[in-house]
Amino acid sequence: MTERIDDETYDMAVVRGFALSALIWGIVGMAVGLVIALQLAWPELNVGPYFHFGRLRPVHTNVVIFGFTLGVVFAGSYYAVQRLCRARLPSDFLARLHLWLWNLTLVAAGVTLVLGHTTSKEYAELEWPLDIAVVVMWVIYGVNFFGTIARRRERGLYASLWFFGATVLTIAMLYIFNNLERPVSFLKSYSIYAGMHDANIQWWYGHNAVGFVLTTPILGLMYYFLPRQAERPIYSHRLSIVHFWSLIFVYIWAGPHHLLFSPLPDWTQSLGTAFSIMLLLPSWGGMLNGLLTLRGAWHRVGTDPILKMFVVGLTFYGMSTFEGPMMSLKTVNALSHFTNWTIAHVHAGALGWVALTCFATLYYLVPRLWHTTLWSVRLAETHFWVATLGIVLYVTPMWISGVTQGLMWRAVNPDGSLTYTFADSVAAIHVYDVIRAGGGAIFLSGAVLMFWNVIQTIRQGSSEVPEAEPARGASAPAGGH
Amino acid sequence: MAFERHRKLEANAILLFTLTMLTVTVGGLVLLIPPHFLAGTIEPIAGLTPYSPLELEGRDIYIREGCNVCHSQEVRPFKSETDRYGRYSLAGEGVYDRPFLWGSRRTGPDLARVGGKYPASWHWLHFHNPRDIEPRSNMPAFAFLAERELDLSETSRKLEVLRSLGHPYTDADIAGAEASARAQAASIAAALRAAGVALSPVEERSETIAVIAYLETLGRAVRAEAAQTVQLGGGAQ
Repeated sequence: MTERIDDETYDMAVVRGFALSALIWGIVGMAVGLVIALQLAWPELNVGPYFHFGRLRPVHTNVVIFGFTLGVVFAGSYYAVQRLCRARLPSDFLARLHLWLWNLTLVAAGVTLVLGHTTSKEYAELEWPLDIAVVVMWVIYGVNFFGTIARRRERGLYASLWFFGATVLTIAMLYIFNNLERPVSFLKSYSIYAGMHDANIQWWYGHNAVGFVLTTPILGLMYYFLPRQAERPIYSHRLSIVHFWSLIFVYIWAGPHHLLFSPLPDWTQSLGTAFSIMLLLPSWGGMLNGLLTLRGAWHRVGTDPILKMFVVGLTFYGMSTFEGPMMSLKTVNALSHFTNWTIAHVHAGALGWVALTCFATLYYLVPRLWHTTLWSVRLAETHFWVATLGIVLYVTPMWISGVTQGLMWRAVNPDGSLTYTFADSVAAIHVYDVIRAGGGAIFLSGAVLMFWNVIQTIRQGSSEVPEAEPARGASAPAGGH
Repeated sequence: MAFERHRKLEANAILLFTLTMLTVTVGGLVLLIPPHFLAGTIEPIAGLTPYSPLELEGRDIYIREGCNVCHSQEVRPFKSETDRYGRYSLAGEGVYDRPFLWGSRRTGPDLARVGGKYPASWHWLHFHNPRDIEPRSNMPAFAFLAERELDLSETSRKLEVLRSLGHPYTDADIAGAEASARAQAASIAAALRAAGVALSPVEERSETIAVIAYLETLGRAVRAEAAQTVQLGGGAQ
């Protein structure tokens, strides 16, 4: 099987743009994450008014989710949809517009958030003019994505495209309805929902931002790039069908698990818990379909950092999608909610599953996009181990910290009075905050290694197809240094 | 066999993505629509009033600084929480809360019942540097709020927008928003002075004053209701 990648057949320039931007946003977002981790450990590092935890935390979440992750999703989905449909994106102009509008919106998001313009709703903090920019950007993405499908010269749509398509449609619905607000001025608005209703719709959105930004499109990447890299077809088409439909149906119902024991009606909370437990099955369906694709290729995992990242990423996916349903049980949630356990859970998924899969995708894409081989496979291998160590050093102390908080908050003396003050629990977790910052720093340093590797790869390659180069094989990580 | 029929679906993009859209819509319809109509979902708290202009500005500063990132406002119905914070949160408390501020993480303690717990002077010192009051606190210092004069240029407009969303502000409330905010700020400044806090002219009209006014509202209606219940001889819940 040979494939020829050139800009005459497909629009690869836009993929290069998204891949590079995503990597830069990733480093920015992770660096802000490190800063706020240090601020939690040493509050003197907060610099008011613009650079304190309350304003920087949304910068971290927005940049890593909508900058890094979505950037890789845009790059990977544009790459995959053109090849799977054997059709070029419908418009080079719209593709370029998407790239620039997305980058500019992210810059504007960072600036406005630091300046304190926020709606406060998690992962939906941007004020109304930026919401409009996001919706326009997203519609352009949809036109490009579905436009390519409309022009396809391949009859059937492969599973990756179902996942990307579900992402485009669902995020549009979630984002618009959660962000309905009435403007007061250019950068201030009030939600059209109040109190409990606002909480209800926010976590319908918030949980499904996890579902449809950090899960379905990442599965879309996995479904395309893992089989490519492993040179094996996906393990089971039937499993893809079953777990796709059940995943997208069930995910939407699980939002209320963020609001257990809150004033939300009991029946809503119970539905949230029930569907969260059900979510285990379609999630593991995706994990197993990925891991079993490696049947017969496991010997290659030892020497291939891209496959290693996919494998460990899928393993973390399985782990966090087991942990999530457990945390949705009311008895567990009573302890875990409001604690660092949630932070551990989120980062096991975000660093373990999402970031490793995104790194693997970028390592796959960059040499192909610049018509060369990866500058250093060994450095990518180092990145894998550094990242894994960073995740372990991040997640483990946050687990211990979360359980510590939960237990201290509920501890009572024999006479029934509370054993600890809140400040006692703050002091008790300081050491874990310090270790976590170390884990985050290590993870970030891995991303910096990757950046260096990518820059060197680009320097030795070219965006033009070399004259002498015959159509290159799709085979994987061609050796470098 | 069903899987063979799915092949046809995979070749029909319009049908495939229409079904996808329908599939992801069901859960939201069931979870989000009925609470707006089911009786008993929101019982308004007796005595709950909309935020005063100063309290509203304070709430917006609370949002601007991301206080909700570290402080929840949602007391759960556990003895350990009601002992620590006060009565558990009720749906009817939030009808004037746009957006809701329940939060998702307690880096600091819950604030749903913080109103009335501390004198204004405590908050003043605490905002200046939380570690002067609690050495183990990891809250950022918000000393800069005291150096910024409260901007009231949009306050009337804010009340108007909220009225359009159903908050019961009168024309007089809207017209007098700025004056009302100044008067309430002056009374808080007076309380601070009485407690021995020296205030500069900027400080007595500062953003800190507005945030203190907002924090005082938290749990106010629930406290008032509880006091009334006790007066009437009802058992405390």
